[in-house]
Amino acid sequence: MKNLSLVLLVATIAIIGCKPKSGVSVATGDAATKVYVAPGTYDEFYNVVSGGFSGQMAIYGIPSGRLFREIPVFSADPETGWGYTEETKGMLMTSHGFVPWDDLHHPALSTTNGVHDGRWAFGNANNTPRIARIDMKTFKTAEIIELPNSSGNHSSPFITENTEYTVAGTRFSSPPDYQGSNPDVSINSYKENFKGYISFVSVEKESGMMDVAFQLQIPPLNTDLARAGKGPSHDWFFFSCYNSEQAFTLLEVNASQKDKDFILAVNWKKAEEYAKAGKGSKKNVKYAHNYYDESKHTTISEIKNEVLVLDPKELKDVLYLIPCPKSPHGCDVDPTGQYIVGSGKLAALIPVFSFDKIQKAIDAKDFEAEYDGIPVLKYESVLHGEVQKPGLGPLHTEFDDKGNAYTSFFVSSEIVKWNVQSLQVLDRVPTYYSIGHLCVPGGPTAKPWGKYVIAYNKITKDRYLPTGPELTQSAQLYSIDGDKMELLLDFPTTGEPHYAEAIPAELVKGNSVKIFKIEENNHPYAAKGEKEAKVIREGNKVHVVMSSIRSHFVPDNIEGVKIGDEVYFHVTNLEQDWDVPHGFAVKGADNAEMLIMPGETATIKWVPNRVGVFPFYCTDFCSALHQEMQGYIRVSPAGSSVPLTYSTGKVTKEAAK
Amino acid sequence: MKKLGIQHRVVIGIAALLFLFTFKFPFWVIYLTAPQYPEGLSLYIYLHKISGDIEIINGLNHYIGMAIIDQNDFKEFVFLPYIIAFITASGILTAIIGSRKLLFGWTAFLLIFSILAIYDFWHWEYTYGHNLDPDAAIQVPGMSYQPPLIGYKQLLNFGAYSYPHGGGWFYIGGVAVACLVSILAWRKSRKIS
Repeated sequence: MKNLSLVLLVATIAIIGCKPKSGVSVATGDAATKVYVAPGTYDEFYNVVSGGFSGQMAIYGIPSGRLFREIPVFSADPETGWGYTEETKGMLMTSHGFVPWDDLHHPALSTTNGVHDGRWAFGNANNTPRIARIDMKTFKTAEIIELPNSSGNHSSPFITENTEYTVAGTRFSSPPDYQGSNPDVSINSYKENFKGYISFVSVEKESGMMDVAFQLQIPPLNTDLARAGKGPSHDWFFFSCYNSEQAFTLLEVNASQKDKDFILAVNWKKAEEYAKAGKGSKKNVKYAHNYYDESKHTTISEIKNEVLVLDPKELKDVLYLIPCPKSPHGCDVDPTGQYIVGSGKLAALIPVFSFDKIQKAIDAKDFEAEYDGIPVLKYESVLHGEVQKPGLGPLHTEFDDKGNAYTSFFVSSEIVKWNVQSLQVLDRVPTYYSIGHLCVPGGPTAKPWGKYVIAYNKITKDRYLPTGPELTQSAQLYSIDGDKMELLLDFPTTGEPHYAEAIPAELVKGNSVKIFKIEENNHPYAAKGEKEAKVIREGNKVHVVMSSIRSHFVPDNIEGVKIGDEVYFHVTNLEQDWDVPHGFAVKGADNAEMLIMPGETATIKWVPNRVGVFPFYCTDFCSALHQEMQGYIRVSPAGSSVPLTYSTGKVTKEAAK
Repeated sequence: MKKLGIQHRVVIGIAALLFLFTFKFPFWVIYLTAPQYPEGLSLYIYLHKISGDIEIINGLNHYIGMAIIDQNDFKEFVFLPYIIAFITASGILTAIIGSRKLLFGWTAFLLIFSILAIYDFWHWEYTYGHNLDPDAAIQVPGMSYQPPLIGYKQLLNFGAYSYPHGGGWFYIGGVAVACLVSILAWRKSRKIS
């Protein structure tokens, strides 16, 4: 009996012990040395990572995974004053008014001849449709353009090979915005009244300035992701879409009914010709265009009123549909521009389409049907082949420089490496957990830099020290130098990373601006020297034209401000020295502090609501005497006779006693 | 009048021309490094001007109460170019005439002028290093901030280096050649007499 108990006990322990261990795995060998960037040395790549719901973009170093900077883009940032200062408020203006947040999913780095050129990073606002352009010299948002007739700007801001255009598609088809259309329609009338739009936003070659060049009006599909062609397919753009069912409720079920949805093949070069030939119709709309004038250190914000809309149903040879299994998400073009990979979220295989075959099918009018007046190509005719049993839930594909593709699988939580030509699966590695996008340096370009693949995960669960219900998001770095992918590093990320790109540091770091030249500062309220500092009253507006330099403000004693006044602190940082920003904060400010870069002028509005003497100070530890970098502003009752005076370093006889 | 050999005359002529490089290249450099300035700060001293990170250096110096370095305060920048022009012109004249006495005179002038110039440079360094504003924020008892005449010196958090730069090396080369030729000529004259 005793023996039996013992046997049972052992058996129980064995069964309990059988519970599989979670993925504590598994960096092996010399992984640490491969990601170790010694103190004082530089990373090999800049990793430009979307912040998702943070609305920002973050810059990491690869292979170390170190975070360098979070660039304020669509979300106001009280730390720097972005969206709070008088100069930057305009950047977040839209036709809906001031929208100080968004959901940034995809960066796109500018290319020339399909190769990274290190000039700009574009980013999309998913919620209130916008595209931002970040200048890679200053790592600041230089321009934001709103998109009319658009909702759910998800398939954006992907770019053409020479950055001729950045695009935007509607993930949520909606009734159009333009004057003359009736937006007040029943949701039930989706098929009749809802439309999709694909916007082509031109990018001026030298300045980078964006303009909505033309839009294609398409059936009410949910365009999801996109990639431009390159090389032979230079003139084409490919968009994935789901909801060919045209559902408008419970899409989870209703938009998952059909066996195949589409990849939209857009001949943008043709569309451009039609646009230039005036084949579209001009619609009266309202959208904001905001850009930052670097010499005035100020936003120019304007509302535009016209957009050119092209109808592919009439123009015939601009848009074709390629059937693609089960609600495709990613739609990626290989470095040669020959192969288009569609990733059906619910599909058990990955179809790869051939650009040559697409062209032949179009020439031969090899159509299997029409969808809302748009020709649908025959699946078999345009298919290069299918990757069989790759994994569950394919989402996105990036490419290396050796003819291989790397596809992320959300459901089976892994990266699968396969060969574009042979369609053979070569390797697979788990991710921790549920990867969304992935990034190979230069992976979407004609010239992948290779070396690594980075996974951006949706779930981290047990990977890091827990921090309550909300956990960090994360990325994982794998080496792809060998035949087998090798896990090197986990690193936490800010916001929710969606897509990211990585670019060799060599293409960017030499261009980094160190200071803004004070003599080139054309801000109307700049104090280009301490002698120009002053305080001016214009009615109830008080303009404090202030300078800051280590370690004092001029002026630092201000009197004569009254309740009812609006005070504008225009602070110019007189430093002409790298890495010496000054900050500015005043007690009771209900908006933000601000950081002012060397040579820059920035303005914060302050409306005092009580009588008193209020300190202001520098918030950026600038020098040994940073703590002394402070001043006072006196606020007197409305109607007070205290004269407007200001000074620095002046002590009256009375005070000296 | 004892004549110089043709070789010596040619060498003197070339040496005289070397001084002209001081019009183009800085004479001296003061180079500062600190934990906050790993990239370093430079002050280049030319015949007729100063250049480099003067604004930043002045900005930092205000903490210790050092006077602002302003090139208009240096009268030397007005007459130094004339002196160098005179040195070159008289050197070439010496080479053409080939007089030994003239060479000795030229060399003596160079040496005296060099010593005066070094003293003048040291004096400016002393003045800036010691005449400090009594209200300065940072006051370290007994501390002065005179940069080294030549070489390296630690001044609080700054390491200060002071060395001849391009133009300075040409100048030193010119003086060295003048001295060398003078010694050779003097020895030769002793042998003959």
